[in-house]
Amino acid sequence: MRYIPNTDPDRKAMLDAIGRSSMEELFSDIPQVVKDRFQPLGLLPKSEMEVRTELGSLAQKNDAAEATSFLGGGIYDHYIPSVVQHITARSEFYTAYTPYQPEIAQGTLTAMFEFQTLLCELTGMEIANSSMYDGATALAEAAMMAARVSGKKKIAVSHALFAHYRRVLNTYCWASGIEILEIPTIDGRCDLSGVPSGVGGVIVQSPNAFGVIEDLTGVKESIGDALLIVAVNPVSLAILTPPGELEADIVTGEGQPFGLSASFGGPLLGLFATRKAYLRQMPGRLVGQTVDAAGAIGYTMVAQTREQHIRRQKATSNICTNAQLCALTATVYMASLGGDGLRELAMLNLEKAHYLEQQLSKLPGCSLAYGAPFFNEFVLRVPVDPQQVRDSLREEGILTDDPAHLEVLGVTGALRFAVTERRSKEELDRTVDLVGGML
Amino acid sequence: MRTIFDYQKSSGTGGILPKLDVPKCGTTDLLPRELIRRSEPRIPNLSEPEVVRHYTALSKLNYGVDDGFYPLGSCTMKYNPKVNEDVAGLPGFSSVHPATDPELAQGSLSVVYEMSRLLAGIAGMADVTLQPAAGAHGEVTGMFLIKRYFEARGETQRTRILLPDSAHGTNPASAATAGFSVTEIRSGADGLVDLNALSGELDDTVAGMMLTVPNTLGIFEENIVKITAMVHAAGGLCYFDGANLNAFLGHARPGDMGADVFHFNLHKTMSSPHGGGGPGSGPVAVSEVLVPFLPVPRVKLDGEHYVLDWEEPQSIGSMQSFYGNFGVFLKAYAYILTLGDEGLHEAGENAVLNANYLQERLKKTYKLPYDRLCKHEFVLTGKGVAEGISTLDIAKRLIDYGFHPPTIYFPLIVHEALMIEPTETESKETLDRFTEALEKIASEAREDPQLLHDAPHTAPTRRLDQTRAARYPIMTYPFGE
Amino acid sequence: MGYPANYRYTKEHEWIELDGNRAKVGITDHAQSELGDVVFVELPAVGTAFNRGDTLGTVESVKAVSDVFAPIAGKIVEVNSELESSPETINSDPHGAGWLVVIEISDPSESNSLLDVAAYEKLIAEE
Repeated sequence: MRYIPNTDPDRKAMLDAIGRSSMEELFSDIPQVVKDRFQPLGLLPKSEMEVRTELGSLAQKNDAAEATSFLGGGIYDHYIPSVVQHITARSEFYTAYTPYQPEIAQGTLTAMFEFQTLLCELTGMEIANSSMYDGATALAEAAMMAARVSGKKKIAVSHALFAHYRRVLNTYCWASGIEILEIPTIDGRCDLSGVPSGVGGVIVQSPNAFGVIEDLTGVKESIGDALLIVAVNPVSLAILTPPGELEADIVTGEGQPFGLSASFGGPLLGLFATRKAYLRQMPGRLVGQTVDAAGAIGYTMVAQTREQHIRRQKATSNICTNAQLCALTATVYMASLGGDGLRELAMLNLEKAHYLEQQLSKLPGCSLAYGAPFFNEFVLRVPVDPQQVRDSLREEGILTDDPAHLEVLGVTGALRFAVTERRSKEELDRTVDLVGGML
Repeated sequence: MRTIFDYQKSSGTGGILPKLDVPKCGTTDLLPRELIRRSEPRIPNLSEPEVVRHYTALSKLNYGVDDGFYPLGSCTMKYNPKVNEDVAGLPGFSSVHPATDPELAQGSLSVVYEMSRLLAGIAGMADVTLQPAAGAHGEVTGMFLIKRYFEARGETQRTRILLPDSAHGTNPASAATAGFSVTEIRSGADGLVDLNALSGELDDTVAGMMLTVPNTLGIFEENIVKITAMVHAAGGLCYFDGANLNAFLGHARPGDMGADVFHFNLHKTMSSPHGGGGPGSGPVAVSEVLVPFLPVPRVKLDGEHYVLDWEEPQSIGSMQSFYGNFGVFLKAYAYILTLGDEGLHEAGENAVLNANYLQERLKKTYKLPYDRLCKHEFVLTGKGVAEGISTLDIAKRLIDYGFHPPTIYFPLIVHEALMIEPTETESKETLDRFTEALEKIASEAREDPQLLHDAPHTAPTRRLDQTRAARYPIMTYPFGE
Repeated sequence: MGYPANYRYTKEHEWIELDGNRAKVGITDHAQSELGDVVFVELPAVGTAFNRGDTLGTVESVKAVSDVFAPIAGKIVEVNSELESSPETINSDPHGAGWLVVIEISDPSESNSLLDVAAYEKLIAEE
């Protein structure tokens, strides 16, 4: 087997050295009854060429790959600059383990420190960890942290949360005994006037599941002692007021828009930022700046005493391996675009989404579902069965979100469109023409 | 180290994104003023060559499996085959959005379905979920499944999880996340679970036992069948931490030992790269009794079509946004297809041979607290090599010899532990060189201890001041300070 | 470093200086040297009441966290807020300036079961 360098004579010499006569003897400690039950998969080995061919043809069965996509809901079709792939493909990065030996992991550690800083700059928060699994689990961890910090096992959650965030949140809250109360929406926006008292945290998503940007001005005062948790689309923060300036206590988000391919929903990149005062309450890995024995600046993991390998059942989270390479991807992506490029990106998304919305809203019976401002995603009411519109568009190679995702949130007769910089005016106009033809 | 924030210039980054091709409105026309950001984030604008050189320079400060021997115990740092990376990068896979109509994503869904079946076969268990994003995520998924199972049976008084004192730290942390309390079972003098201690704890408050097989000393629990039978007889379920699967890959299956839940670490056993700390993939295999509780959506085969099934009334819900770390388990899928039964068997065999050979050679110089046949890894102690020398000193000195240090100070039941896992992708020659380095370090420890205290000498940085980092945390770039 | 003869001790390596119905509590020199460089101390709010054996705070080094248990039941009347900015005092002066809290004792009879200096020195000699 080509991944095993030892030869038969090597193996013979090694067995001799340890005084064993056969390979089987090395497994003499496994009970015979267990060995007797063993059944192989019935799988013959394959050559590299065969594996490539087989998986290549499976990849071609994904008809979606060539389509024009308006799919969003947390995962967006953004352009990935060539630089990103070239850097993250360096095996010094991707074949390394978690940087427990900082002297030979300064590459990963420095990039993680940059990532934490970039995230704080965007969110307006004081500290950020170096990644979670995805936006959904980051939010669930935020809920558990709010319960821990406040001592209250009750959280209020916006109705306008992505369905997949809510599903994961429900699971974690059930298991850790946290009660969820729902905050209703009015015209697509969270109605924060009636947040129930006695909750440890308030979860709001902005832009929310309807694409609407929440107005969080003054919210922190109205929710008392509860922690304000805001789930964000990080791209929007290049132009929108950062949650830190609105006194958010925890900001979470999905980092996929920063240079990660959709990859059927994984791996993703969970974002998690908070106040410095909560340093010892937060989950995940943290990198800090220090000096080495010669006085030179270097980086190392800090506050590991919160983590499972030291604190065991008292750890702030059980998270261990997270999404470091995805965080590196996001870091290189942000560095490539720079501050100016990130702003340009956000503007392209904002402008194009509004252009499509304006054109679609001109069609008879079509209208924007909510009056509140949106970023790069919006809900359009259509005068016909939205499922039919979706099916017909799909026939033309255009993908839109399943209206069922809106129906779970109580919205019927509508479709959600997400528009990124990758959609050309031509594609947008063609979509408008096609929808117009269905009415 | 220089960060991107240290570049005191703005080179301009334009030209990556296209020009706006629809009529321009502008932020203030599209958004109310109070929603618009007033301060610019301090993110530099660098030219492409500057960005590339910066990150290339950073990469050179790292040490990966491609750079050399990486014997981190419990982490299975085996070689990460290149073809797997290429396959996962195929645009047909990488560009598919998770909300795509299943009809248009049949290729990806078939990978999910087939991979679940292969892993169920390797585990010898009824079914598998691929949702968990890492090993610890698999653990918490397993704990949630066990919790739901007892809820469904009306046995909510089962609130305790037993685990051996040699367990990975994630085990107790995962049990606690599911609201269980943890009871530690002491290991016997042979390093194995003490059956008397276990039976003393088994009652109707026990939800289950978490075990690592082989355990973290690298020793196979010879009584495993007895242990699982005892736990089952008491009405509990058995959780197996799969971090050490490489030890019996292709030789035995956790399902045949009595496991009810088993999590894989595909980024260990199945060769997907560790990425400097993820992304991983931690699929969970379950026995028949837990199948109804698996996370949704489930991928099923309906005739010739793969479909998503959301209708599982007893499911714990979802553990991750979508279907798991597709891009990661795709690499592991390619690996399993490449190896086949024969290759999996060979991998397990060579991993165990390498570990036993290295153990035999090193125990002449370093104390081996549990001297017996090991599986894929073993644990030495740095104690007694020389007065005043710690395991940390030995580990740091190894860096000077061009090796990544082993896992240190774990498991907690061995003082000054050095936990060594060579994996099957290392040659005898590498193991011999590693042995010689550790022998040399032992004599240096006696002759010139300061050399070890000051190590590493040849790494990109000297030993870092962890105390300062912890006392005065600097968590973001100190702009203008 | 010597162990003050007028202090009482616990098996969890805390020292107690009794003064009427008040008890000043800290961790012993042995405890601080096992922990290594202390980087952070978490103490309870003044006014909090504890039963004997409850966790009243934590002392953290780079590699470990150690719970501090209430050696005696009572109410916290003073905490050493200096430790917030200079946790290293616990390493440099564990039996003096590195004190953690002062407890107002609710059941004076509990102090009878604390160790005297001879018993504590014997305990650490055995470890």
